[in-house]
Amino acid sequence: MPVFDAGEIASIRSRFPILSRTVHGKPLVYLDNAATSQMPESVIQAVSEFDRTRHANVHRGVHKLSQEATDVHEGSRDRLAKFLNARRREEIVLTKGATESINLVAHAWGRRNLRSGDVVLVSELEHHANIVPWQIVGSENGSIVVPIPALDDGSLDQDAFQKLLDGAKGPVKLLAVQHVSNALGTIHPVKEMVAAARSRGIATLVDGAQSVPHMPVDVQDLDCDFLAFSGHKMHGPTGTGVLYGRYEVLERLPPWMGGGDMIDKVSFSGTTFHEVPWRFEAGTPNFTGAAGFAAALDFLEEIGMDRIHAREAELVAFAHRELSGIPGLRILGTHPDKAGVVSFVMEGIHHYDAGMFLDQMGIAVRTGHHCAQPAMERYGVTGTIRASFAIFTTESEIEALAAGVRRVQKVLGG
Amino acid sequence: MSVIQEREDEIVEEFSMFDEWLDKYQHIIEMGQKLTGIDEAFRTDDYKVKGCQSQVWLQPGIENGVVVFKADSDAAITKGLVALMVRVLSGAPAKEIADAPLEFLERIGLREHLSPTRSNGLVSMVKQMKLYAAAYASQEAHHG
Ligand SMILES: Cc1ncc(COP(=O)(O)O)c(C=O)c1O
Repeated sequence: MPVFDAGEIASIRSRFPILSRTVHGKPLVYLDNAATSQMPESVIQAVSEFDRTRHANVHRGVHKLSQEATDVHEGSRDRLAKFLNARRREEIVLTKGATESINLVAHAWGRRNLRSGDVVLVSELEHHANIVPWQIVGSENGSIVVPIPALDDGSLDQDAFQKLLDGAKGPVKLLAVQHVSNALGTIHPVKEMVAAARSRGIATLVDGAQSVPHMPVDVQDLDCDFLAFSGHKMHGPTGTGVLYGRYEVLERLPPWMGGGDMIDKVSFSGTTFHEVPWRFEAGTPNFTGAAGFAAALDFLEEIGMDRIHAREAELVAFAHRELSGIPGLRILGTHPDKAGVVSFVMEGIHHYDAGMFLDQMGIAVRTGHHCAQPAMERYGVTGTIRASFAIFTTESEIEALAAGVRRVQKVLGG
Repeated sequence: MSVIQEREDEIVEEFSMFDEWLDKYQHIIEMGQKLTGIDEAFRTDDYKVKGCQSQVWLQPGIENGVVVFKADSDAAITKGLVALMVRVLSGAPAKEIADAPLEFLERIGLREHLSPTRSNGLVSMVKQMKLYAAAYASQEAHHG
């Protein structure tokens, strides 16, 4: 039994205006959702309605517009808290995306808690956004970033993980690990990994940039200290994102950026800070984006995260079947637990050439290292071709990809 | 008319035969395949031009008083575009290279490959070519 019938998918597609455009004269086949997904009409409307009727700074004005804007902005925090099943709304810090969220933890938490020789445990598959901030902090305080090795099938080596947790490379202070690999699509057993870390008193951060948009994620169930993700990867506007933080942890953290909105009282003899989460939200926030982000959550919940996950699993399986029949094509990441990503290389054909040709056929894929150079190195490639799906992706689009790939081979003679 | 201008016009003429994108790209790829490439000794990081998706190597030199370039890339399309650049610039008077506006890519509908955000390394290669030529031109002016 398919998760959705064709009529339902068609009706979902009709809600995304961008899907009706053409590219180089051909219908758009958008398979780059892991980089940025598309916005349904309801999100575009929510943003534009906000801009037309309530555009005003939040938290600062007694006037009507400012109050309405604040309601919308803070309302998105409530929506997010509910979406993630957070214990309280104060656990939701609104950021401009996963990158800012991770940097916030690196600077506010890392600078305070990491010492020379301490280990920040990441994975070999990490996005640069979950490597570089730790290296920056490490260059100041001498903490080191150690990767959990990945296995050939795109999963993480759990035995090696246990040894590292037990101090093989030094005392681990933080496990900062992705939930889903953006380069390969593997879903890692983060709940178990977080539990193993927590039982040793190790703090935990989950990079949920590729999981929160594609499956149910419950922070109480996951039990991590921090969770980071971006709105633009889940049908919301860009410039929106979340850092979830366990209240007891957030409460003890100093601010990272200073400015308006994050203070209690400012004077030249000393400044006191606002409470959590506003302490971490210096400056005018992206309130317009927040309006759209809330609408994106409505869209996702209306369909249901369980069903989205099931549908995308179906699409991944279909793509594996379609692509694995092509001679000279090799899929990277063959572990059965995968979210909507299929990454592959083609013998004798550079990913850049393939991407250029697919683009000419109207097919948008991502090529290159996907901001995960260590992962590419692990699999001995300089880059891959990555197709990533969303709830509006269809089997026929995947067939178009497979046909496109065959055509690329014919032209480039791979 | 300048040497570079003449060569550009020739290329534009050549590309005007193609209506289909595929034919155009096939022609570019063929030009890449005919490119002699660089001497192995130059295939090092020192001669690698920064690009994030495809890599480009550039080997500049002086032969009989003119600036000559050899180049290579690991991606077929990029290599073809590299060949196109070498064909237009190599052996032209140094000052002309340094000042060349290189509008022909626009005229053959390939301007997007030279946009600064393209990660193919082509923009950096052209920049390197021009810098090299400019340095040589100023040296020439100095000595002669
Ligand atoms: C796994 C992962 N982490 C972090 C990020 C960074 O997200 P953003 O660029 O939205 O901050 C991405 C985006 O590509 C990602 O895929």
